[in-house]
Amino acid sequence: MSATVLPGTTVPAQHVNLKLGPGLLQRSGAGEAGPSIVSTRAGTLNHSSNGSKWWVESNSRRYIPAPQESVIGAIVQKVGDGFRVDIGSAHSASLDGLAFEGATKRNKPNLKIGCLVYARVSLAHKDMEPELECFDAQTRKSEGFGEVKGGFLVRCSLKMCRDLLDPKHFLLPLLGARFPLEAAVGMNGRVWVNAKEPKQIIAISRCIEAVDPDGGRLDEAGVKVLLGALDI
Amino acid sequence: MRPPSPSIPEKEFLFSSLKESLRLDGRLPMEIRAPILTFGDDLGWVECSLGKTRVLAQVEGKMVKPLPERPFEGMITIHSEISPMASSEYEPGRPSDEEVTITRMLDKVLKRSDAVDKESLCILAGQRVWHIRLTLHFLSDAGNMLDCACLAGMVALKHFRRPDVEVVGDEVTVHQPTERAPIPLAIHHTPFCFTFAFFSDPAIPPVIDPTQLEQRLSAGVLSIALNAQRELCVLQKLGGVPLDTEEVLKIVNIAVQKAKELNNIVDARLKEDWAGRKVEVR
Repeated sequence: MSATVLPGTTVPAQHVNLKLGPGLLQRSGAGEAGPSIVSTRAGTLNHSSNGSKWWVESNSRRYIPAPQESVIGAIVQKVGDGFRVDIGSAHSASLDGLAFEGATKRNKPNLKIGCLVYARVSLAHKDMEPELECFDAQTRKSEGFGEVKGGFLVRCSLKMCRDLLDPKHFLLPLLGARFPLEAAVGMNGRVWVNAKEPKQIIAISRCIEAVDPDGGRLDEAGVKVLLGALDI
Repeated sequence: MRPPSPSIPEKEFLFSSLKESLRLDGRLPMEIRAPILTFGDDLGWVECSLGKTRVLAQVEGKMVKPLPERPFEGMITIHSEISPMASSEYEPGRPSDEEVTITRMLDKVLKRSDAVDKESLCILAGQRVWHIRLTLHFLSDAGNMLDCACLAGMVALKHFRRPDVEVVGDEVTVHQPTERAPIPLAIHHTPFCFTFAFFSDPAIPPVIDPTQLEQRLSAGVLSIALNAQRELCVLQKLGGVPLDTEEVLKIVNIAVQKAKELNNIVDARLKEDWAGRKVEVR
């Protein structure tokens, strides 16, 4: 059950252990019956079956950094010991030179300007520069983070990235069944893809743009037709 | 705010796939994006889109006193300011390099090529002439805004109808569109602009109608404005990529071909729109 909400709509969310997801804010009511829950985005209101988790599902292209999200960034500048990385947010993020697996003061990664990195947002506040790390916080191992070489960067809307990370979505398994591919999905609207032939990489890029809810909105049958036309 | 340069994987992939004549959106190197023309309710309001690049053109006319040194000619002014709506790299108030190029090119293609007959805009010599004002709004920049703007401006000028004016002696009567059907501008010829992007590696062939990534990674661009009658209006080359005469002539021949196709598309679209409007003729 989902209803469309606009920014400022009061949401009837009541539970003992209430957890608010993206797009919802708790406002302390002055004088009336206690705090109220208001939505801050336009989208569809969803909640879990027992009513303890509520969130607003919306789409946009501009990324707002949040901690523990994996993003793809491009190095723009070397600043002292670390790097300044563009992740598509209002501020450039900073990535420390030691935030890589096995990095010591003498053994720092050699990243050039223009390289792409797959990193995790470790710190993100509204008016500060976000900070990135290229390893998993608990295990201190890279777990897939770090520099990504070769391939190509595809840009898409934020909802498309969330869909691509969902294991039940059809697109990546469908493409993977036809030819081997590698993909790193960033929550900031960027997806890095790699395959053996340029024709295959172009096919992936066009399929992502076609399935994107922002433009195209193709379903599985449509993608099969598109792949047939591209001769894959 | 300038966006950062494309990353190394994007740059290398674009060059390696262009070497195999594969473009990122699946087009052939010499294929343009199909233009989609949308007409508004007002005559002279056109939105032109080439893929995701969109430009809106609007034509208005009013009667003014002519310039003293040219009492028999009307005036045409073009306003084309790029707002940040097109892309966050454009700042309001400060013309970027691209904006200056587009403004100069539009001036050469639409005004100095004499596409619109200025003497037909004269109502009463020395006292009243038509001042045609073309305003271009750049809605979205996905590469090659110049071609889109020229197309939108030209189609808007062809679409526009000015009120019928009757001159008896020294008296000027302007008839309302409800009394007498408005008349089109006198258009001599219809120039179209085509932009080709060249890359620094000589193994990469030139591409027509570049997307934003191709435009940013190109070493130089060549813009040709010509009409369907094989008459060249403007040939502008920016960037400094060395080209020999054979390559330039090959490009010109391709542009001639595209101009003929585009002319047919524009004519068909204008006819379709005009058939849908109710213009009562008494």
